Amino acid sequence: MNIGHLRRGLATATATALIGVLSFAAPALAQSNDKQPVFALISHAAPGDTFWDIERKGAEAAADKLGARLIYAHNPAASQQATLVDNVINQKVDGIALTLSHPDAMKSAVAKANRAGIPVIGLNSGLNEWKKTGVFAYIGQDPVVAGRAYGERLNTVGAKHVLCVNHEQGNVSLARRCEGIEKGFEGKTTILYVNGQDMTSVRSRILAKLQQDPSIDYIATLGSPFAMTSLRAVRMSGRQVEVTTFDLDERVVKAIQSGKIRWAVDQQPYLQGYLAIQSLWLKATNGNVIGGGQAVLTGPAFVTKDNVAQVAEFAARGTR
Amino acid sequence: MSETVSNTGPAATSSPAAASDNTAQQPQPASREPHRSMGQRLAGLIKRPEIGSIGGAILVFVLFYALAEPFRNLASFSTVLYQSAALGIPAVAVALLMIGGEFDLSAGVAVTASSLAASMFAAQITGNVWVGVGFALVLSLSIGALNGILLIKTGLHSFLVTLSTFLMLQGLNLAITKLVTGNVATGDISDLAGFDSAQSVFASYFNIFGMSISIMVFYWLAFVAVATWILLRTRVGNWIFAVGGQGDSARAVGVPLNKVKIGLFMGVGFAAWFVGMHLLFDYVTVQSGEGVGNELLYIAQAVVGGCLLTGGYGSAIGAAIGGFIFGMTTQGIIYAGWDPQWFMFFVGVMLLLATVFNAWIRRQVTRG
Repeated sequence: MNIGHLRRGLATATATALIGVLSFAAPALAQSNDKQPVFALISHAAPGDTFWDIERKGAEAAADKLGARLIYAHNPAASQQATLVDNVINQKVDGIALTLSHPDAMKSAVAKANRAGIPVIGLNSGLNEWKKTGVFAYIGQDPVVAGRAYGERLNTVGAKHVLCVNHEQGNVSLARRCEGIEKGFEGKTTILYVNGQDMTSVRSRILAKLQQDPSIDYIATLGSPFAMTSLRAVRMSGRQVEVTTFDLDERVVKAIQSGKIRWAVDQQPYLQGYLAIQSLWLKATNGNVIGGGQAVLTGPAFVTKDNVAQVAEFAARGTR
Repeated sequence: MSETVSNTGPAATSSPAAASDNTAQQPQPASREPHRSMGQRLAGLIKRPEIGSIGGAILVFVLFYALAEPFRNLASFSTVLYQSAALGIPAVAVALLMIGGEFDLSAGVAVTASSLAASMFAAQITGNVWVGVGFALVLSLSIGALNGILLIKTGLHSFLVTLSTFLMLQGLNLAITKLVTGNVATGDISDLAGFDSAQSVFASYFNIFGMSISIMVFYWLAFVAVATWILLRTRVGNWIFAVGGQGDSARAVGVPLNKVKIGLFMGVGFAAWFVGMHLLFDYVTVQSGEGVGNELLYIAQAVVGGCLLTGGYGSAIGAAIGGFIFGMTTQGIIYAGWDPQWFMFFVGVMLLLATVFNAWIRRQVTRG
């Protein structure tokens, strides 16, 4: 038994040595220089979310370039997201990129990772709270800041009453986007909750709200698929209501080009995912801290008819 | 919902319904009609399973008519009808299944599975959406048949069997979409051959009395009519009541229990396919995570409409009225302008109110 164990150990040692020799050209990781680095991206995404799909693609592209492996896991419930962090700590990953939409709930998980010597970087939401959670850096766009910029832009186009369509009641970062609009916008902001898992309900409820309140002149959706459905609802209502949205996809880009959608706020999810993994690697191999103690912002950038051509080809590829 | 349900409760409740349906099988049912007095006929009508839900629907309608000014417009009414139809078509099939004594928790994601399959098959393999539509129909019927066969082969409760298929389908929807398209939503198929004709079949709109009414509303009524005809005027209808009420006795008298149950699950598959095609051709792209949670709404509508959770009793018209109550409630809350944070709470309260009122009316009627 012991001999078998020893033999297996020897074989592994030889194999590792060989790999070590063969991969001498690759920069060594601080913790382990004999295996492929593994990074984890843990988000608060709901299953099938189009925005998070782009975020994941960015992270995967970075991992590919670095010859690393990416573990992606997500759960919208705070406690379950924290459990996912525990899981990857037990898997002894080389770094964790973690969204901070529930900052307080992540504190103990981050502390545990730090004790295990695993660097954790915050991304996407959590601009105001990232420092107290114990992550070493933060890359993203704060939903309140983005919402406020959105509200201020509504002021400049002379909007009077905006309908903020939230497709996931209880989601912290989505709620903050509407909050931000309310802060930045001088007109009236009304929130409408729709069931993002059921498009018929999305359209029916938006249409009902337009029929109920004739003063609404702008719609702000919090995700790109819902902007397209809003356009249909507006057309069916026969009203003059402008549609604007957070986040991009190929169809929204086309709708901006044809003038149907006024603008989309882009926080560059691909960039967030890519930079997070790249920064973890630099932290692990060279002790670098991206942002040097300050947050790194990826948005908000407004995509309008004037600048949409610059992102169109990338959106068609599914990376913007 | 299992076949071990004793002779008490649901079975006893179901027997009058089943018995009265048997009379419909007489060679000359019409000749019996003149012998029934007006009062008897009224009493027969009033004892139908859906009678309570009609009361609930009137209650909800009056409430929102009084409280929500925009609810009184015809345009608003067409939105209510659309929302009721989109949820109501699968609910009719689910009601038949529940009368037959079984649940289907996979119906919500099965709708999404069907639209994803049609979209991806058309875009990746054929370039013609009608081939995708056909492929999705075969797939949806197979999922239904699989549910039924698993139920019979394993002997487990349909709650467990369809919970498993629900989870598996949810995972498959996400994973296969990502695998095939590289994204979590399907691409735009509006430039493929046959899209316009498919759209006019599954997602067109008619202008009637100044209202733009979705074709889904008419399909919904057709589904209810066909389901009601099957339940009340055919042998298969009697079988459905029989397998739901007293499965073992039904089998003993020669009812093909397995075929009926598999058929009922395939009926749900057909309804899921139908709504799936509407979603695809009305909304063009489909997100792979959609549909979760709707399975409970279908069951809720059937129950609000008078179906018993234990099987053997219920009606398709009731399920339609249940759908109408749900549509009026979700839309009415918005028309009334109530605080959006409380939306789900209000939906819950209204459903509870309607259901309690249903039960009360039904008790009054059966007592008298």
